[in-house]
Amino acid sequence: MSSLLPMAITATLCLYALAMTLALVRLMRGPSAQDRVLALDFLSVVAMLSMLVLAIRSNSSMYFEAALLLALFSFVSSVAMAKFLLRGEVIE
Amino acid sequence: MSETIVAGLLVLSGCIVLTAAIGLSRLQDFFVRMHAPALASTFGAWTATLAAIVHFSVVEGGVALHFWLLVIVLALTSPVTAMVLARAALFRRRQAGDALPPPLSAGPGAEANAPAAPGAPEPIDS
Repeated sequence: MSSLLPMAITATLCLYALAMTLALVRLMRGPSAQDRVLALDFLSVVAMLSMLVLAIRSNSSMYFEAALLLALFSFVSSVAMAKFLLRGEVIE
Repeated sequence: MSETIVAGLLVLSGCIVLTAAIGLSRLQDFFVRMHAPALASTFGAWTATLAAIVHFSVVEGGVALHFWLLVIVLALTSPVTAMVLARAALFRRRQAGDALPPPLSAGPGAEANAPAAPGAPEPIDS
């Protein structure tokens, strides 16, 4: 019973790593620039979720701030990149 | 009991995120591909956050509700990202001269994509 949670955490981290690898393949191979931005956004969402899993694993609530910052910065960077694709410049 | 719930939620979240990644890497067109990451940023994030809430509520005693903030931030930001990215993709593909459906409102930019406008609205294909 007590080894159920570590096993589940390892399995979840492996699934996340597999998902990040698939997204990385899309990031490398993506036919257009917007595909790469989408893959980068997905990568940062998965990184944020893995921060949550690491918080559960190490029993510390410190990872919460890291996850929150990751979510906010991924939003800002994705919108900036999309704006760059739309206009050719970020700040007009 | 709580360990079982946390473990189940975590593995469910991993499976959902993997499904989203498979969709991201295997779907054919960009506009179809955009749907896949929404699965991770809604359902995957919800299950992982619920797992964290249950775990920290049991471990620390009391209710650790501050993890909801992550779900709220994701729910506020991911639609904005998707909208801006979709607009950028539409703009770029119109610039490239792809066959795309005409804009719904015939605004001042309607004559810019005149070759797409007179034809019947074709389905988006790559």
